[in-house]
Amino acid sequence: MTRPAFELPVVGATPVDHAANAAAFTADAARTTWHDESLWFVREKRDRAAASVPEWEALRARASAIKEHALTHLDEYLVRFEENAVRNGMQVHWARDAEEHNRIVHGILADAGARRLVKSKSMLTEECGLNPYLEARGIEVIDTDLGERIVQLRGEGPSHIVMPAIHLKKEEVGDTFHDALGTPAGLDDPTALAAVAREHLRARFLAADATLTGMNFAIAETGGFVVCTNEGNADLGMALAPVHVASVGIEKVIPRVEDLGVFLRLLARSATGQAVTVYSSHVHGPRAGQALHVVLVDNGRTRQLAREEFWRSLKCIRCGACMNTCPIYRRSGGHSYGSTVPGPIGSILTPGIDLQRFASLPFASTLCGSCTAVCPVKIDIDAQLFRWRQRVVDAGYVPRSKALAMETSVRVLDRPRLFRALGAVARLGLRLLPARVERLLAGPWGDARELPAPPSTSFRAWYRRNRRGGRR
Amino acid sequence: MSAALFVPCYVDQLYPRVAIAALTVLERLGIRVDVPEGAACCGQPAANAGFARESHSTLERFVDVYAGYERIIVLSGSCALHVRLHAPEVLAHGGRTDRAGADVAERTTEFCAFLHDEVGVARVAGLGASYDARVAVHIGCHALRGLGLARPSELQIRPFDKVRTLLGAVRGLEVVELARPDECCGFGGTFSVGEPAVSARMGRDRLHDFTTSGARAVVSTDVSCMMHLDGLARREHARLPMAHVAEVLAGTAVAP
Repeated sequence: MTRPAFELPVVGATPVDHAANAAAFTADAARTTWHDESLWFVREKRDRAAASVPEWEALRARASAIKEHALTHLDEYLVRFEENAVRNGMQVHWARDAEEHNRIVHGILADAGARRLVKSKSMLTEECGLNPYLEARGIEVIDTDLGERIVQLRGEGPSHIVMPAIHLKKEEVGDTFHDALGTPAGLDDPTALAAVAREHLRARFLAADATLTGMNFAIAETGGFVVCTNEGNADLGMALAPVHVASVGIEKVIPRVEDLGVFLRLLARSATGQAVTVYSSHVHGPRAGQALHVVLVDNGRTRQLAREEFWRSLKCIRCGACMNTCPIYRRSGGHSYGSTVPGPIGSILTPGIDLQRFASLPFASTLCGSCTAVCPVKIDIDAQLFRWRQRVVDAGYVPRSKALAMETSVRVLDRPRLFRALGAVARLGLRLLPARVERLLAGPWGDARELPAPPSTSFRAWYRRNRRGGRR
Repeated sequence: MSAALFVPCYVDQLYPRVAIAALTVLERLGIRVDVPEGAACCGQPAANAGFARESHSTLERFVDVYAGYERIIVLSGSCALHVRLHAPEVLAHGGRTDRAGADVAERTTEFCAFLHDEVGVARVAGLGASYDARVAVHIGCHALRGLGLARPSELQIRPFDKVRTLLGAVRGLEVVELARPDECCGFGGTFSVGEPAVSARMGRDRLHDFTTSGARAVVSTDVSCMMHLDGLARREHARLPMAHVAEVLAGTAVAP
């Protein structure tokens, strides 16, 4: 089995070519069908779950308003959260960026003499590249979310924020477990594989010196936080390890405990179509004898918050519904985005971190708007994709050939008479040219599609001949 | 009421039959429309590709040409949405009022939305159109989610579908139920050439849904989606005629 090196999210790395990655993904037509249908299945489950809540749209509006309020008062709520968390016996750390976050987490582990860390799912630590950072310093890091463990064993990043291994078939998981955990070759029964993973992880939980979790919601009013999982892995880690580190992006703070009634109802239904996650664990302080550290991470979030056009992207509660519904994500796979958070929401968050590297992501969309309509916190994702496209062009990150073609077309379309003259020539050309030449001229359009049969006349020419008063 | 019909650049050049049908329908309904010259495009394709600033003069020209009309009926959901969203940014200079851009945006509507909201289904039924076929209805995403032509499947609101309501007035026409009623066809303007692999794949999947649902023809609100879907279908030698709603109502749609 090949194990590609894990890529650190380094600013200035090679730009992601989403179109090329997507073309490679779709080249396997059967796999594309399978991937598309798997995610559409989740989208349909979400639809049924949402339909079961009569006040669904009111909940979305409420959630959006709470998040906008929290983000516009983030300075106050973060400090209130810190004060209350400290009062609850937690130690609170502030990290400006990924590097500082990793250094803080390593410092906590080093001070406690911890060598073995079990983690529950945390996209923030993926974003920060925490695992390779700690491994390079001699700490064993075990991801305990089953999907995350599978991709970790394969040396891959997650392809989806809620279902990290959704790109893999059970046979591939069987092969991975055969290589890494010694299961019999060809074993691909999901129940049997899950049982093996449980045994394997149970031993790691018992041996762990420390655990790391994320947070779905940090509550300013109480200084507590909530972690949602379906596997109970966060709970097992928290219940056993003497040191608990909880890393959280600063945008995850909400004002009041009663706000959870809005978000928890939306989160699981939007994410997987469940009425509620199997475990919604409320943490209000360390167990007796346990050290509980909270790391509040900025890593570009305040910069995004300062952007008038894009700050609402920070409302995201990481449900992944926009990925499941996105017709491009479903047919190109999460890895094609080259970003920890893929799909529509990733395509408006990640350009804020490194525009040049992720310049292709805002274009990985037809602007169909399904993401915006499905989003439980009503982020106007398609409008932000549109605005990021403008910023990409402003920054000059569009290939020169594309820019030239666009500028030329604008110049022609701006001159109606020239446009009509060129149109007449082109239509004539299309009628006279042999099909083979026509396909060549059609470029990427012609790879899979015929050009429209060129009509003999334009509408304008017809109108002039057949109606009076065409000219005002 | 003074009304104008806007025929987008690609419809003018490649699908004059759709524009002729739309004009015919409006005339038969007794609505006098101008088709003024001077604006071939609204700037939508360039703006959606990231060149909004470069195409601003095109939108400005559009505002200039259409500023005098009380209703601007656009034969494309994407163009109508672009004008509605972005024309307010066109500020006045020269002889226009300060509100020229905003006024034009407010007065801009899409062809099917105009028929449904302002003409009314009863009068449309009076056209006596017939089309004897089981059809798949494809509403462009900008018309659907942007302009509200039908309930998007994501939203938990009372179902409605203005296009199906209009087509309900067409004798012999039966609309099939699709497995994915409002999945994007993958055209997406420059997306169709920028990401041709995924674009084509989306279109083929959409065609597959149409045919397996029993459709013998496709009726759409958007010529751009039709151009993409028809190009894919013809490449695969599939016989699946496509018609704009206007062609069905005008009685000029190709029979399946």
